[in-house]
Amino acid sequence: MKTISFISQLVIPAFILFAVVYGACRRVRVYDSFVAGARGGLQVICNIFPYLLAVFVAVKAFQASGLFDFIKAGLSGPLAFLGIPPEVLSVALIKPLSGSATTAIFTDIVKTCGPDSLAAMLSGVIVGSVETTFYVLAVYLGAVGISRTKYLVPVCLIADGLGMLIAAAIVKLMFS
Amino acid sequence: MNVIWIILLSVSILFAACTGRLDALTHAIFDGAKAAVEVSLFLLGIVSVWLGITKILEDAGIITRIARFFKPVITRFFTSVPPDHPAITSITLNLLANFFGLGNAATPLGIKAMQDLQSLNPEKDTVSFEMMLFIVLNTASIQFVPFTVVGILSAYGSANPTAVVLPTICTTVLMATCGVAVLQLFRRLKK
Repeated sequence: MKTISFISQLVIPAFILFAVVYGACRRVRVYDSFVAGARGGLQVICNIFPYLLAVFVAVKAFQASGLFDFIKAGLSGPLAFLGIPPEVLSVALIKPLSGSATTAIFTDIVKTCGPDSLAAMLSGVIVGSVETTFYVLAVYLGAVGISRTKYLVPVCLIADGLGMLIAAAIVKLMFS
Repeated sequence: MNVIWIILLSVSILFAACTGRLDALTHAIFDGAKAAVEVSLFLLGIVSVWLGITKILEDAGIITRIARFFKPVITRFFTSVPPDHPAITSITLNLLANFFGLGNAATPLGIKAMQDLQSLNPEKDTVSFEMMLFIVLNTASIQFVPFTVVGILSAYGSANPTAVVLPTICTTVLMATCGVAVLQLFRRLKK
């Protein structure tokens, strides 16, 4: 575990060092190249911003409307039947929408249910394996200014749903 | 995305009106706007840094070399990306960054990959199949060690915080596979 976290700390600095040294060896004007490349960043963010704004506004409105708790209450019955702790549902529902909210809810579950509980383990797996889908969609599609998404959104949401079921099945299989 | 946005917003506002939470909702909407600005500024910094670094690599001529190296793996999935295209390199770097859990590098490199894929896209306002595949692979977040999760678990005194790693890897791989399968299924259905 220590070695893995050391490697992942090392990767970025090593990569940057490699880029600079390799560039210098190939007689690239490294500083000028960096500045020229970085200049494009502003344009990219200008493209992304309106998409990000649209997604964040809708997601925050959804969270504040109380609809979230309403759906959670409706789904907790069938989940309890499957032996899935109801706390996990909050993580599963919020994960595709908001990264920071997910971390907060996950921390709360670990605190209240204990770090070695089934709820903590299962929500940990979900946090680690499902992405904040709407954020990814806004940033990646916004960066290239794509507005027609065909069937991408349903595919991503179905994949997220399957991911949660897979997580539940695997954790159940491995820990009970 | 259009439909989802309409549904999310209108249902939220109507539901908030019924449960008397309109005030909180208004606050949340402006909170969302603020969060979008903060995240954009954060992204502006890291995206610019990575675009700078990749530009150095590009000028040094190594982008096409990396592309040639990873071509066999990437073009198996991204069949319409021509060999030696820079998209192969940016997709590879993004997937590697995801794999090592380097979120700060993965997003900028993913943006670069999207730009490279856009250069191959015949309809500039419509998402291409390659882009969808790339996004689906990203939303499955193939990751070696989920550092945030392990960190929180050990901070609260878990007996074995790394127990979460193996099920996470299994889930992630299976989920990516399912995601690609669902995508292929939709492509067949829509043809």
